[in-house]
Amino acid sequence: MTDSRQWLGRYGEDRACEYLVGQGYNILDRNWRYAEGELDIVCSKDHTLVFVEVKTRTSLATGHPLEAITRSKLAKLRRHAANWCAKRQVANSQVRFDAIAVLVTGGRVQIEHLKQVL
Amino acid sequence: MALARVFSIGLFGLSGTVIEVETDISAQLPAFVLVGLPDASLAEATSRVRAACTNSGFAFPSKKVVVNLSPASVPKGGASFDLAIAVSLLGAMQTIETPTDDAVFFGELGLNGAVRAVPGVLPMMLAARSAGFARAFVPVGNAAEAALVSGIEVLPVPTLAELVGYLKGVSSLPRIGAVASALVAQGVAPDLNQVIGQGQAVDALIAAAAGGHHISMIGAPGSGKTMLAERLPSILPKLSLEEALEIAAVESINSDGQREMALNQTPRFVAPHHSSSMAALIGGGSGSPRPGAVSRAHRGVLFLDEALEFNSAALDALREPLEAGRVVINRSAGSALFPARFQLVLAANPCPCGLYGVIDRDCKCSIPAIRRYSGRLSGPILDRIDIRLTVQPVSIGAAVGLGGGLVSSETAATAVRAARAAASERLSGTGYLLNSHVPGPVIRRRFKPGQAVVAELDRMLATGRASMRGYDRCLRLAWTLADLDGATTPNREHVQRAVAMRGSDDLMGNQ
Repeated sequence: MTDSRQWLGRYGEDRACEYLVGQGYNILDRNWRYAEGELDIVCSKDHTLVFVEVKTRTSLATGHPLEAITRSKLAKLRRHAANWCAKRQVANSQVRFDAIAVLVTGGRVQIEHLKQVL
Repeated sequence: MALARVFSIGLFGLSGTVIEVETDISAQLPAFVLVGLPDASLAEATSRVRAACTNSGFAFPSKKVVVNLSPASVPKGGASFDLAIAVSLLGAMQTIETPTDDAVFFGELGLNGAVRAVPGVLPMMLAARSAGFARAFVPVGNAAEAALVSGIEVLPVPTLAELVGYLKGVSSLPRIGAVASALVAQGVAPDLNQVIGQGQAVDALIAAAAGGHHISMIGAPGSGKTMLAERLPSILPKLSLEEALEIAAVESINSDGQREMALNQTPRFVAPHHSSSMAALIGGGSGSPRPGAVSRAHRGVLFLDEALEFNSAALDALREPLEAGRVVINRSAGSALFPARFQLVLAANPCPCGLYGVIDRDCKCSIPAIRRYSGRLSGPILDRIDIRLTVQPVSIGAAVGLGGGLVSSETAATAVRAARAAASERLSGTGYLLNSHVPGPVIRRRFKPGQAVVAELDRMLATGRASMRGYDRCLRLAWTLADLDGATTPNREHVQRAVAMRGSDDLMGNQ
C-alpha cells in the first residue's frame, strides 16, 4: 500500500472517529490488528457494541465508497468482531455492525453513516 | 417515500398476467436485488437497468434497491420487464413522478439506454387491454405491432431518456403515423394456374379447400406434390382481421422481436422438415412454452412432406390438435393453450424408392419393404384424412400438349368461398362451420341425401369395400362436392366422385 493511500485511510478514520464522538459514541479501540486481520473502529453507545468499517474516497470515479463493502468483507468483519470479543472477554453485549463512508473532495469532508449493515 | 410501483405484463404461452413492479430504496449497503421468481435472463435485468440508468444521465442510488415482481408465485422470464423496472426505480428515486396506474411498460433496455424490441408484444397488448389499461409504453420497434390492438393508446419509446422527458412533461415521444391501414399486408401465394395437367389433383385440392378436408398425396418424386400443396393457401378464404390477429399473436411470440409485423390476411403455409421434434411440431420448449408448427399453421395449411419419414411419436401427437383445433402444453407452472386449427396436407412417396405404381417405371422395392414403409402412418391419423390422392408424374410430352393451367387461384377461391357459404348456411345452428368438422352420426342423421342417391354408397358398404368410417368420409366429401356445384343436395355423380377421391382405407391405395 502506498503512503498516500495509507494516509488517506488514516485521515478518513480520524474524521469518522470525530463524527462518532460527536454523535455520543465512546471509542473503545482503533485499528485493532491480529493474525487474521484488522478492525477499523470499535465503539459503544447505549450498551451496544458497534463495529465500524470505514471507507474513504477522494472521488466517485470508482463508485461510491459504500459499494466497496462487499459481502465477503462483511463476513470478515463479523469474524474479526467475534475474535475481538473473545480477546477482550466481552460477552452478553448487544452488537451492531455499521459502515461509514468518508468522501474527501476539495477540502470538504462528507460523512455517511449506515447503521446495522449486517 | 422511496417506493414506487408500475405495471407490466408477463406471458405464459399466449396468456398474459398483469405484473406489478415495485421498487423500494432503503439506506443500506448498496445493492440491487430482484425478487419474485425471475429466470436467468430476467435476473440479468439488474445489470442492464443499472447501466441504462447511468448512461442515460440518472445517477444510480448508492443504497439498497429492491425490485419485487408481483405476484411472486408466477414464474417470470425474458427481458421485457426492463423498462418497467427502470421506470419503477426512477419513480422510487423521485427522478420522475411515478406514472399513473393506467399505463403498462414493455421493453428490453440496452446498456446505452436504448429501448429494444421484445417478442410477444401482441399477446401482451391483448392482455393489457383486457386488464383495462389505457396506455402502453412499448419499444419503437414494436409500436406498429402493438397498434394492431385497438382500444389502448400506444406510446413508442426510443430511449429511456426520452421516456423520462415525456413523463416529466418536457418532451414528446415519436408519433405512430397513420398505421392502421398500412398495417394490413397481403402475402403472395403462388397461383394454381401454374400447375400443368393434374386436373384430378386440382379438383381434389379445391374440394379440400371448400370442405376443410385433410388431404394426403402419394406420388413419385417430381410428381408435383409440393407444388400442389403450396397453392392451397391461395384458394383458401382470406382471413378475417380477427383471425389474422390470432395468428399474429402466435407469430409475435416466435418472433425475435426485431421486425415490425403487419397483419397478414393470407392463410399461412407451414412446412416443417421431417426431422422436426415433437416440441417443434406441437409446441413446447423450456421456460414459457412456445407455439409449434401446428399453431403457426393455425387457419392455414400444415404441409408434411415426406410424411412417412417423420418421427412416429411426433406424428401421433398431431391427433389432439386435429381433433380439438388447439394444443394444450402442461407445465408445473401452468398450462399454455395455443390455437391449432389447421388443414393437414400429407405427402409421401409410394415406397422407399419412390416408383411403386408409377406408370412406365420399375419399382425396386420388395413387397415387405413397401408394407413397412406405408405402415408408418398410424391409423388414427389416417382416419382423419378425407381425401387420399394418388399423384402421377406428368410426362414432358403431355405437359407440352396441355399448355398452361386450367384453373386460376382466383376462380377457384371464388368457388371455394361460395361452397363454404352454402355449407355454413346449411350447418347453421349445429355449431359446425365446414363439412369436414361434422361428425359421422350427425351427417348420417341430419344431412343424408335421398335414398336413391346413396344407394351406391350403401351397396359399397354392404359388399365390404368401405368401412363405416369410410362411408362417413364419402358422405362428407359428397356434400362438399355438391356445395361446389351449387346443388342443394348431393346427386349420384357427387357420391361417385367422392368415392373416387376418398381413395381406399389404405394410404397407398391398395384395396
